[in-house]
Amino acid sequence: MRRGLLPALPALVLLFCFFLFPVVRMLGFSLEGGTLDWYAKALGEGLYVEVFWNTFEIAVFVTAICLLLGYPLGFLIATTTPAWATLGFIFVMLPLWTSVLVRTYAWMVLLGRNGVFNRWLIDIGLISDPLPLLNNFAGVLIGMVHVLLPYMVLPIYGAVRRLDPALVTAAQGLGASNWRIFWRVYLPLTLPGIFAGATIVFVLSLGFFITPALLGGGKVMMLAVLIEQQIHQTLNWPFAAALSAVLLALTLGVYSLAQLFTRQEARP
Amino acid sequence: MSRSASRRLLIVACTAIYVFLMLPLVVVFPISFSSALYMQFPPPGFSLQWYERYLDDPQWIDATVRSLYIGAATAVLALALGVPLAFALARGRFAGRLIVDRIALAPLVVPTIILSVGLYGLFAKLKLIGEWYGLVAAHTVLALPFVVLVTVAGLRDFDRALEQAAEGLGASRRQTLLRVTLPLLRPSLVSAGLLAFISSFDELVVALFLAGPNMTLPKKMFDNIMMEIDPTIAAVSVMQILLVSIVLVLIGRFGRGLRGSVR
Repeated sequence: MRRGLLPALPALVLLFCFFLFPVVRMLGFSLEGGTLDWYAKALGEGLYVEVFWNTFEIAVFVTAICLLLGYPLGFLIATTTPAWATLGFIFVMLPLWTSVLVRTYAWMVLLGRNGVFNRWLIDIGLISDPLPLLNNFAGVLIGMVHVLLPYMVLPIYGAVRRLDPALVTAAQGLGASNWRIFWRVYLPLTLPGIFAGATIVFVLSLGFFITPALLGGGKVMMLAVLIEQQIHQTLNWPFAAALSAVLLALTLGVYSLAQLFTRQEARP
Repeated sequence: MSRSASRRLLIVACTAIYVFLMLPLVVVFPISFSSALYMQFPPPGFSLQWYERYLDDPQWIDATVRSLYIGAATAVLALALGVPLAFALARGRFAGRLIVDRIALAPLVVPTIILSVGLYGLFAKLKLIGEWYGLVAAHTVLALPFVVLVTVAGLRDFDRALEQAAEGLGASRRQTLLRVTLPLLRPSLVSAGLLAFISSFDELVVALFLAGPNMTLPKKMFDNIMMEIDPTIAAVSVMQILLVSIVLVLIGRFGRGLRGSVR
Protein backbone atom coordinates (compact mmCIF):
# COMPACT_ATOMS: atom_id res chain seq x y z
CA MET A 1 0.00 0.00 0.00
CA ARG A 2 1.29 3.42 -0.87
CA ARG A 3 -1.54 5.75 0.08
CA GLY A 4 -0.27 9.13 1.21
CA LEU A 5 3.48 8.70 0.83
CA LEU A 6 3.65 11.36 -1.91
CA PRO A 7 3.35 14.47 0.35
CA ALA A 8 6.30 13.21 2.40
CA LEU A 9 8.62 13.03 -0.59
CA PRO A 10 9.94 16.64 -0.78
CA ALA A 11 10.89 16.56 2.91
CA LEU A 12 12.51 13.16 2.50
CA VAL A 13 14.56 14.44 -0.45
CA LEU A 14 15.83 17.33 1.69
CA LEU A 15 16.62 15.00 4.59
CA PHE A 16 18.48 12.68 2.26
CA CYS A 17 20.56 15.41 0.57
CA PHE A 18 21.36 17.52 3.65
CA PHE A 19 21.27 14.99 6.46
CA LEU A 20 21.64 11.29 5.66
CA PHE A 21 24.03 11.57 2.71
CA PRO A 22 26.53 14.09 4.18
CA VAL A 23 26.62 12.28 7.54
CA VAL A 24 27.16 8.82 6.00
CA ARG A 25 29.73 10.25 3.58
CA MET A 26 31.66 11.87 6.43
CA LEU A 27 31.53 8.73 8.58
CA GLY A 28 33.03 6.86 5.62
CA PHE A 29 36.23 8.90 5.96
CA SER A 30 36.96 7.00 9.17
CA LEU A 31 37.66 3.85 7.15
CA GLU A 32 40.25 5.58 4.98
CA GLY A 33 42.82 3.12 3.75
CA GLY A 34 40.55 0.21 4.62
CA THR A 35 41.79 -0.07 8.20
CA LEU A 36 40.24 0.44 11.60
CA ASP A 37 43.30 2.32 12.86
CA TRP A 38 41.40 5.51 13.61
CA TYR A 39 38.91 3.61 15.73
CA ALA A 40 41.76 1.92 17.55
CA LYS A 41 43.20 5.37 18.28
CA ALA A 42 39.85 6.73 19.48
CA LEU A 43 39.08 3.80 21.74
CA GLY A 44 42.61 2.82 22.71
CA GLU A 45 44.70 5.88 23.53
CA GLY A 46 44.41 7.00 27.13
CA LEU A 47 43.93 10.66 26.28
CA TYR A 48 40.85 9.94 24.19
CA VAL A 49 39.44 7.22 26.43
CA GLU A 50 39.44 9.89 29.12
CA VAL A 51 37.35 12.17 26.91
CA PHE A 52 34.78 9.39 26.44
CA TRP A 53 34.74 8.76 30.15
CA ASN A 54 34.42 12.53 30.89
CA THR A 55 31.52 12.85 28.47
CA PHE A 56 29.74 9.87 29.98
CA GLU A 57 30.32 11.09 33.54
CA ILE A 58 29.01 14.57 32.77
CA ALA A 59 25.95 13.14 31.00
CA VAL A 60 25.14 10.97 34.03
CA PHE A 61 25.54 13.87 36.47
CA VAL A 62 23.50 16.26 34.31
CA THR A 63 20.70 13.70 33.93
CA ALA A 64 20.58 13.01 37.68
CA ILE A 65 20.52 16.70 38.63
CA CYS A 66 17.89 17.48 35.98
CA LEU A 67 15.70 14.70 37.37
CA LEU A 68 16.13 15.98 40.92
CA LEU A 69 15.14 19.54 39.92
CA GLY A 70 12.73 18.66 37.12
CA TYR A 71 10.42 16.33 39.00
CA PRO A 72 9.24 18.84 41.64
CA LEU A 73 8.83 21.49 38.94
CA GLY A 74 6.84 19.29 36.54
CA PHE A 75 4.82 17.97 39.46
CA LEU A 76 3.94 21.44 40.76
CA ILE A 77 2.92 22.79 37.34
CA ALA A 78 0.76 19.73 36.71
CA THR A 79 -1.07 19.91 40.04
CA THR A 80 -1.57 23.65 40.55
CA THR A 81 -4.43 25.89 39.36
CA PRO A 82 -4.59 26.66 35.60
CA ALA A 83 -3.55 30.30 36.09
CA TRP A 84 -0.43 29.37 38.08
CA ALA A 85 0.30 26.54 35.64
CA THR A 86 0.34 28.99 32.73
CA LEU A 87 2.75 31.25 34.61
CA GLY A 88 4.88 28.28 35.61
CA PHE A 89 4.98 27.17 32.00
CA ILE A 90 6.06 30.57 30.72
CA PHE A 91 9.05 30.57 33.05
CA VAL A 92 10.11 27.15 31.77
CA MET A 93 9.58 27.97 28.08
CA LEU A 94 11.29 31.38 28.22
CA PRO A 95 14.70 29.97 29.20
CA LEU A 96 14.17 26.97 26.88
CA TRP A 97 13.83 29.20 23.82
CA THR A 98 16.39 31.81 24.85
CA SER A 99 19.61 31.33 22.92
CA VAL A 100 22.04 28.92 24.58
CA LEU A 101 24.73 31.53 23.89
CA VAL A 102 22.91 34.23 25.83
CA ARG A 103 22.54 31.90 28.79
CA THR A 104 26.12 30.70 28.61
CA TYR A 105 27.35 34.29 28.54
CA ALA A 106 25.15 35.08 31.54
CA TRP A 107 26.66 32.17 33.49
CA MET A 108 30.14 33.49 32.71
CA VAL A 109 29.10 36.81 34.20
CA LEU A 110 27.57 35.12 37.23
CA LEU A 111 30.24 32.49 37.95
CA GLY A 112 33.50 34.17 36.91
CA ARG A 113 36.35 34.98 39.33
CA ASN A 114 35.12 38.57 39.52
CA GLY A 115 31.58 37.48 38.80
CA VAL A 116 28.39 38.32 40.60
CA PHE A 117 28.42 35.28 42.92
CA ASN A 118 32.01 35.57 44.04
CA ARG A 119 31.69 39.34 44.66
CA TRP A 120 28.58 38.78 46.70
CA LEU A 121 30.04 35.91 48.75
CA ILE A 122 33.15 38.00 49.49
CA ASP A 123 31.07 41.08 50.36
CA ILE A 124 29.01 39.22 52.93
CA GLY A 125 32.23 37.76 54.31
CA LEU A 126 31.50 34.11 53.65
CA ILE A 127 34.71 33.55 51.68
CA SER A 128 37.92 35.53 51.27
CA ASP A 129 39.15 34.11 47.97
CA PRO A 130 36.91 33.69 44.91
CA LEU A 131 35.60 30.16 44.38
CA PRO A 132 36.59 28.47 41.11
CA LEU A 133 33.17 28.13 39.48
CA LEU A 134 34.13 28.62 35.86
CA ASN A 135 36.39 26.73 33.44
CA ASN A 136 35.87 23.51 35.36
CA PHE A 137 33.54 20.56 35.89
CA ALA A 138 31.16 22.53 38.14
CA GLY A 139 30.74 25.34 35.61
CA VAL A 140 29.95 22.94 32.78
CA LEU A 141 27.44 21.06 34.97
CA ILE A 142 25.62 24.25 36.00
CA GLY A 143 25.41 25.51 32.43
CA MET A 144 24.26 22.19 30.99
CA VAL A 145 21.64 21.56 33.67
CA HIS A 146 20.24 25.00 32.95
CA VAL A 147 19.96 24.26 29.23
CA LEU A 148 18.53 20.76 29.57
CA LEU A 149 16.22 21.10 32.59
CA PRO A 150 13.13 22.07 30.49
CA TYR A 151 13.50 18.83 28.48
CA MET A 152 13.05 16.94 31.76
CA VAL A 153 10.19 19.10 33.09
CA LEU A 154 7.92 18.74 30.03
CA PRO A 155 7.57 14.91 29.88
CA ILE A 156 7.24 14.70 33.67
CA TYR A 157 4.52 17.34 33.56
CA GLY A 158 2.75 15.28 30.88
CA ALA A 159 3.01 12.07 32.93
CA VAL A 160 1.62 13.68 36.11
CA ARG A 161 -1.25 15.20 34.09
CA ARG A 162 -2.19 11.83 32.61
CA LEU A 163 -2.40 10.26 36.06
CA ASP A 164 -5.99 9.69 37.21
CA PRO A 165 -6.54 11.97 40.25
CA ALA A 166 -9.08 9.46 41.57
CA LEU A 167 -6.15 7.15 42.42
CA VAL A 168 -4.66 9.82 44.67
CA THR A 169 -8.02 10.54 46.28
CA ALA A 170 -8.47 6.81 46.89
CA ALA A 171 -5.03 6.53 48.50
CA GLN A 172 -5.77 9.55 50.70
CA GLY A 173 -9.13 8.09 51.66
CA LEU A 174 -7.41 4.87 52.68
CA GLY A 175 -5.18 6.89 55.00
CA ALA A 176 -1.90 6.86 53.10
CA SER A 177 0.64 9.50 54.12
CA ASN A 178 2.03 11.99 51.59
CA TRP A 179 5.30 10.13 51.25
CA ARG A 180 3.49 6.87 50.77
CA ILE A 181 1.26 8.38 48.06
CA PHE A 182 4.35 9.74 46.33
CA TRP A 183 6.32 6.47 46.47
CA ARG A 184 3.44 4.09 45.77
CA VAL A 185 1.19 6.08 43.40
CA TYR A 186 2.91 9.04 41.76
CA LEU A 187 6.38 7.62 41.26
CA PRO A 188 5.45 4.26 39.67
CA LEU A 189 2.76 5.78 37.47
CA THR A 190 4.92 8.66 36.22
CA LEU A 191 7.90 6.40 35.54
CA PRO A 192 7.39 6.54 31.75
CA GLY A 193 7.64 10.37 31.90
CA ILE A 194 10.76 10.19 34.05
CA PHE A 195 12.24 7.71 31.64
CA ALA A 196 11.41 9.79 28.55
CA GLY A 197 12.90 12.93 30.15
CA ALA A 198 16.04 11.15 31.38
CA THR A 199 16.62 9.59 27.95
CA ILE A 200 16.37 12.86 26.03
CA VAL A 201 18.54 14.74 28.56
CA PHE A 202 21.19 12.00 28.57
CA VAL A 203 21.27 11.71 24.78
CA LEU A 204 21.48 15.49 24.29
CA SER A 205 24.24 15.71 26.93
CA LEU A 206 26.42 13.21 25.07
CA GLY A 207 26.65 15.46 22.00
CA PHE A 208 26.73 18.81 23.77
CA PHE A 209 29.04 21.45 22.35
CA ILE A 210 28.40 25.13 23.16
CA THR A 211 28.32 24.98 26.97
CA PRO A 212 31.41 22.78 27.49
CA ALA A 213 33.27 24.79 24.83
CA LEU A 214 32.62 28.09 26.60
CA LEU A 215 32.21 27.23 30.30
CA GLY A 216 34.84 24.47 30.29
CA GLY A 217 37.54 26.91 29.25
CA GLY A 218 39.47 24.16 27.44
CA LYS A 219 39.89 22.24 30.70
CA VAL A 220 36.76 20.07 30.47
CA MET A 221 36.95 18.07 27.28
CA MET A 222 33.80 16.50 25.90
CA LEU A 223 33.41 14.47 22.73
CA ALA A 224 31.73 17.18 20.63
CA VAL A 225 34.44 19.69 21.56
CA LEU A 226 37.14 17.17 20.64
CA ILE A 227 35.50 16.54 17.25
CA GLU A 228 35.31 20.27 16.53
CA GLN A 229 39.00 20.65 17.40
CA GLN A 230 39.95 17.78 15.09
CA ILE A 231 38.23 19.58 12.21
CA HIS A 232 39.08 23.23 12.85
CA GLN A 233 42.54 22.94 14.40
CA THR A 234 44.14 19.62 13.51
CA LEU A 235 42.29 19.12 10.19
CA ASN A 236 42.28 15.41 10.95
CA TRP A 237 39.13 14.33 9.09
CA PRO A 238 39.47 10.53 9.42
CA PHE A 239 39.93 10.77 13.18
CA ALA A 240 37.05 13.25 13.55
CA ALA A 241 34.92 10.85 11.50
CA ALA A 242 35.84 7.89 13.71
CA LEU A 243 35.01 9.90 16.85
CA SER A 244 31.72 10.96 15.26
CA ALA A 245 30.87 7.35 14.42
CA VAL A 246 31.44 6.28 18.02
CA LEU A 247 29.43 9.23 19.36
CA LEU A 248 26.60 8.43 16.94
CA ALA A 249 26.64 4.74 17.88
CA LEU A 250 26.50 5.64 21.59
CA THR A 251 23.66 8.12 21.05
CA LEU A 252 21.53 5.84 18.89
CA GLY A 253 22.32 2.87 21.13
CA VAL A 254 21.09 4.62 24.27
CA TYR A 255 18.08 5.99 22.42
CA SER A 256 17.03 2.63 20.91
CA LEU A 257 17.48 0.82 24.22
CA ALA A 258 15.26 3.40 25.89
CA GLN A 259 12.64 3.06 23.14
CA LEU A 260 12.63 -0.71 23.56
CA PHE A 261 12.19 -0.36 27.31
CA THR A 262 9.40 2.22 26.96
CA ARG A 263 7.45 0.05 24.57
CA GLN A 264 7.62 -2.91 26.94
CA GLU A 265 6.57 -0.61 29.73
CA ALA A 266 3.53 0.54 27.78
CA ARG A 267 2.30 -3.00 27.23
CA PRO A 268 -0.47 -4.03 29.61
CA MET B 1 3.95 16.31 57.77
CA SER B 2 0.52 17.72 57.04
CA ARG B 3 -0.70 18.10 53.51
CA SER B 4 -0.39 21.86 53.38
CA ALA B 5 3.07 21.79 54.95
CA SER B 6 4.49 19.44 52.32
CA ARG B 7 2.81 21.50 49.62
CA ARG B 8 4.52 24.61 51.00
CA LEU B 9 7.85 22.80 50.98
CA LEU B 10 7.29 21.90 47.32
CA ILE B 11 6.50 25.52 46.46
CA VAL B 12 9.61 26.79 48.25
CA ALA B 13 11.79 24.26 46.42
CA CYS B 14 10.25 25.16 43.07
CA THR B 15 10.71 28.88 43.71
CA ALA B 16 14.42 28.23 44.21
CA ILE B 17 14.53 26.21 40.95
CA TYR B 18 12.76 29.04 39.13
CA VAL B 19 15.33 31.51 40.46
CA PHE B 20 18.02 29.24 39.00
CA LEU B 21 16.18 29.12 35.65
CA MET B 22 15.52 32.85 35.39
CA LEU B 23 18.69 34.29 36.98
CA PRO B 24 20.82 34.17 33.80
CA LEU B 25 18.04 35.86 31.83
CA VAL B 26 17.59 38.61 34.40
CA VAL B 27 21.26 39.38 35.06
CA VAL B 28 21.99 40.61 31.53
CA PHE B 29 19.48 43.48 31.86
CA PRO B 30 21.39 45.61 34.41
CA ILE B 31 24.73 44.86 32.73
CA SER B 32 23.43 46.00 29.34
CA PHE B 33 22.60 49.45 30.81
CA SER B 34 25.95 49.78 32.59
CA SER B 35 27.95 52.99 32.37
CA ALA B 36 31.20 51.17 33.20
CA LEU B 37 33.69 50.52 30.41
CA TYR B 38 34.16 46.87 31.34
CA MET B 39 32.08 44.18 32.99
CA GLN B 40 31.17 45.43 36.44
CA PHE B 41 28.40 44.33 38.77
CA PRO B 42 26.42 46.02 40.11
CA PRO B 43 26.78 48.69 37.40
CA PRO B 44 27.98 52.07 38.70
CA GLY B 45 25.48 54.03 36.63
CA PHE B 46 23.00 54.05 33.79
CA SER B 47 23.87 54.49 30.13
CA LEU B 48 22.79 53.34 26.70
CA GLN B 49 26.36 53.14 25.38
CA TRP B 50 26.28 49.38 24.67
CA TYR B 51 23.08 49.67 22.68
CA GLU B 52 24.62 52.55 20.73
CA ARG B 53 27.74 50.53 20.11
CA TYR B 54 25.61 47.67 18.78
CA LEU B 55 23.60 49.95 16.49
CA ASP B 56 26.72 51.76 15.24
CA ASP B 57 28.61 48.60 14.38
CA PRO B 58 27.78 47.43 10.84
CA GLN B 59 29.10 43.95 11.69
CA TRP B 60 26.49 43.46 14.40
CA ILE B 61 23.71 44.86 12.22
CA ASP B 62 24.79 42.73 9.25
CA ALA B 63 24.81 39.59 11.38
CA THR B 64 21.39 40.41 12.83
CA VAL B 65 19.82 41.04 9.43
CA ARG B 66 21.35 37.86 8.02
CA SER B 67 20.04 35.78 10.94
CA LEU B 68 16.59 37.33 10.53
CA TYR B 69 16.24 36.41 6.87
CA ILE B 70 17.82 32.99 7.27
CA GLY B 71 15.34 32.36 10.11
CA ALA B 72 12.40 33.54 8.01
CA ALA B 73 13.43 31.43 5.01
CA THR B 74 13.93 28.42 7.29
CA ALA B 75 10.44 28.86 8.76
CA VAL B 76 8.86 29.03 5.30
CA LEU B 77 10.78 26.04 3.94
CA ALA B 78 10.26 23.95 7.09
CA LEU B 79 6.50 24.59 6.92
CA ALA B 80 6.32 23.90 3.18
CA LEU B 81 8.08 20.54 3.60
CA GLY B 82 7.14 19.63 7.17
CA VAL B 83 3.37 20.07 7.02
CA PRO B 84 2.87 17.65 4.07
CA LEU B 85 5.25 15.27 5.83
CA ALA B 86 3.14 15.51 8.98
CA PHE B 87 -0.01 14.77 6.94
CA ALA B 88 1.67 11.68 5.46
CA LEU B 89 2.71 10.49 8.91
CA ALA B 90 -0.62 11.20 10.59
CA ARG B 91 -2.94 9.96 7.84
CA GLY B 92 -0.94 7.96 5.30
CA ARG B 93 -1.09 4.19 5.09
CA PHE B 94 2.10 3.04 3.43
CA ALA B 95 4.79 0.50 4.08
CA GLY B 96 7.75 1.97 5.91
CA ARG B 97 5.77 4.65 7.74
CA LEU B 98 7.69 3.92 10.92
CA ILE B 99 11.00 4.39 9.10
CA VAL B 100 9.86 7.73 7.66
CA ASP B 101 8.79 8.77 11.16
CA ARG B 102 12.24 7.84 12.57
CA ILE B 103 14.06 9.71 9.79
CA ALA B 104 11.90 12.81 10.25
CA LEU B 105 12.68 12.99 13.98
CA ALA B 106 16.31 11.85 13.70
CA PRO B 107 17.78 15.40 13.51
CA LEU B 108 16.52 15.86 17.08
CA VAL B 109 18.55 12.89 18.34
CA VAL B 110 21.67 12.86 16.15
CA PRO B 111 24.21 15.26 17.73
CA THR B 112 24.30 18.55 15.82
CA ILE B 113 28.09 18.44 15.76
CA ILE B 114 27.91 15.31 13.55
CA LEU B 115 25.48 16.93 11.11
CA SER B 116 27.67 20.05 11.07
CA VAL B 117 30.89 18.20 10.28
CA GLY B 118 29.14 16.14 7.59
CA LEU B 119 27.68 19.21 5.92
CA TYR B 120 30.97 21.08 6.26
CA GLY B 121 32.74 18.41 4.25
CA LEU B 122 30.04 18.33 1.58
CA PHE B 123 29.60 22.11 1.34
CA ALA B 124 33.34 22.68 1.10
CA LYS B 125 33.35 20.43 -1.95
CA LEU B 126 30.30 22.16 -3.47
CA LYS B 127 31.64 25.66 -2.60
CA LEU B 128 28.54 26.37 -0.52
CA ILE B 129 30.37 27.60 2.60
CA GLY B 130 29.22 31.12 3.45
CA GLU B 131 26.14 30.94 1.23
CA TRP B 132 22.98 31.88 3.08
CA TYR B 133 20.82 29.27 1.32
CA GLY B 134 23.19 26.52 2.43
CA LEU B 135 22.52 27.51 6.03
CA VAL B 136 18.78 27.64 5.30
CA ALA B 137 18.88 24.03 4.05
CA ALA B 138 20.80 22.90 7.13
CA HIS B 139 18.57 24.83 9.54
CA THR B 140 15.49 23.39 7.84
CA VAL B 141 16.75 19.88 8.57
CA LEU B 142 17.00 20.87 12.26
CA ALA B 143 13.60 22.63 12.29
CA LEU B 144 11.63 19.84 10.56
CA PRO B 145 11.15 17.71 13.71
CA PHE B 146 9.53 20.67 15.52
CA VAL B 147 7.15 21.30 12.63
CA VAL B 148 6.29 17.59 12.36
CA LEU B 149 5.70 17.13 16.11
CA VAL B 150 3.47 20.19 16.46
CA THR B 151 1.49 19.52 13.26
CA VAL B 152 1.00 15.80 13.97
CA ALA B 153 -0.27 16.73 17.45
CA GLY B 154 -2.69 19.19 15.80
CA LEU B 155 -3.90 16.56 13.33
CA ARG B 156 -4.42 14.02 16.10
CA ASP B 157 -6.96 16.31 17.82
CA PHE B 158 -8.57 17.14 14.49
CA ASP B 159 -12.26 16.32 14.02
CA ARG B 160 -12.39 14.62 10.65
CA ALA B 161 -16.20 14.77 10.60
CA LEU B 162 -15.79 18.42 9.55
CA GLU B 163 -13.90 17.36 6.42
CA GLN B 164 -16.46 14.68 5.66
CA ALA B 165 -19.23 17.25 6.05
CA ALA B 166 -17.50 19.58 3.58
CA GLU B 167 -17.07 16.78 1.08
CA GLY B 168 -20.66 15.66 1.62
CA LEU B 169 -21.78 19.19 0.76
CA GLY B 170 -19.95 18.92 -2.56
CA ALA B 171 -16.58 20.53 -1.84
CA SER B 172 -13.65 19.25 -3.89
CA ARG B 173 -10.63 17.81 -2.03
CA ARG B 174 -8.70 20.98 -2.80
CA GLN B 175 -11.50 23.18 -1.47
CA THR B 176 -11.77 21.07 1.66
CA LEU B 177 -8.05 21.35 2.28
CA LEU B 178 -7.88 25.11 1.73
CA ARG B 179 -11.21 26.13 3.31
CA VAL B 180 -11.61 23.61 6.13
CA THR B 181 -8.50 21.62 7.05
CA LEU B 182 -5.77 24.26 6.93
CA PRO B 183 -7.79 27.06 8.63
CA LEU B 184 -8.69 24.69 11.47
CA LEU B 185 -5.05 23.70 11.73
CA ARG B 186 -3.83 27.31 11.80
CA PRO B 187 -2.89 27.47 15.50
CA SER B 188 -0.56 24.49 15.06
CA LEU B 189 0.93 25.99 11.91
CA VAL B 190 1.57 29.34 13.63
CA SER B 191 3.37 27.60 16.50
CA ALA B 192 5.36 25.38 14.14
CA GLY B 193 6.49 28.31 11.98
CA LEU B 194 7.52 30.46 14.95
CA LEU B 195 9.42 27.60 16.59
CA ALA B 196 11.23 26.91 13.31
CA PHE B 197 12.17 30.59 13.06
CA ILE B 198 13.54 30.76 16.61
CA SER B 199 15.42 27.47 16.30
CA SER B 200 17.25 28.88 13.25
CA PHE B 201 17.73 32.36 14.73
CA ASP B 202 19.48 30.86 17.80
CA GLU B 203 21.43 28.14 16.02
CA LEU B 204 25.19 28.22 16.56
CA VAL B 205 26.87 24.87 15.93
CA VAL B 206 25.96 24.49 12.24
CA ALA B 207 26.65 28.20 11.64
CA LEU B 208 30.09 27.82 13.24
CA PHE B 209 31.00 25.42 10.43
CA LEU B 210 28.97 26.67 7.46
CA ALA B 211 28.70 30.45 7.84
CA GLY B 212 32.27 31.12 6.71
CA PRO B 213 33.10 34.83 6.78
CA ASN B 214 29.40 35.76 6.66
CA MET B 215 28.47 36.02 10.32
CA THR B 216 25.12 35.03 11.71
CA LEU B 217 24.13 36.68 14.99
CA PRO B 218 24.96 33.61 17.17
CA LYS B 219 28.36 33.21 15.46
CA LYS B 220 29.15 36.88 15.99
CA MET B 221 28.16 36.50 19.65
CA PHE B 222 30.33 33.38 20.00
CA ASP B 223 33.38 35.14 18.55
CA ASN B 224 32.70 38.12 20.78
CA ILE B 225 32.54 35.94 23.91
CA MET B 226 35.73 34.11 22.93
CA MET B 227 37.73 37.27 22.28
CA GLU B 228 36.59 40.08 24.54
CA ILE B 229 33.61 40.04 26.82
CA ASP B 230 32.36 43.61 26.60
CA PRO B 231 28.80 44.46 27.63
CA THR B 232 27.73 44.90 24.00
CA ILE B 233 26.87 41.24 24.15
CA ALA B 234 24.64 41.92 27.18
CA ALA B 235 22.71 44.46 25.08
CA VAL B 236 22.37 41.91 22.27
CA SER B 237 21.23 39.31 24.83
CA VAL B 238 18.53 41.64 26.15
CA MET B 239 17.19 42.15 22.63
CA GLN B 240 17.30 38.41 21.99
CA ILE B 241 15.36 37.66 25.20
CA LEU B 242 12.76 40.29 24.25
CA LEU B 243 12.40 38.75 20.78
CA VAL B 244 11.83 35.28 22.27
CA SER B 245 9.28 36.75 24.70
CA ILE B 246 7.39 38.34 21.80
CA VAL B 247 7.41 35.04 19.90
CA LEU B 248 6.12 33.15 22.95
CA VAL B 249 3.37 35.75 23.41
CA LEU B 250 2.44 35.33 19.73
CA ILE B 251 2.34 31.55 20.15
CA GLY B 252 0.18 31.92 23.25
CA ARG B 253 -2.16 34.32 21.50
CA PHE B 254 -2.44 32.90 17.97
CA GLY B 255 -0.79 29.50 18.15
CA ARG B 256 -1.61 26.14 19.58
CA GLY B 257 -1.06 26.33 23.34
CA LEU B 258 2.44 25.27 24.27
CA ARG B 259 1.06 22.78 26.73
CA GLY B 260 -0.92 21.16 23.95
CA SER B 261 2.21 20.08 22.16
CA VAL B 262 3.59 18.14 25.12
CA ARG B 263 3.23 14.50 24.33
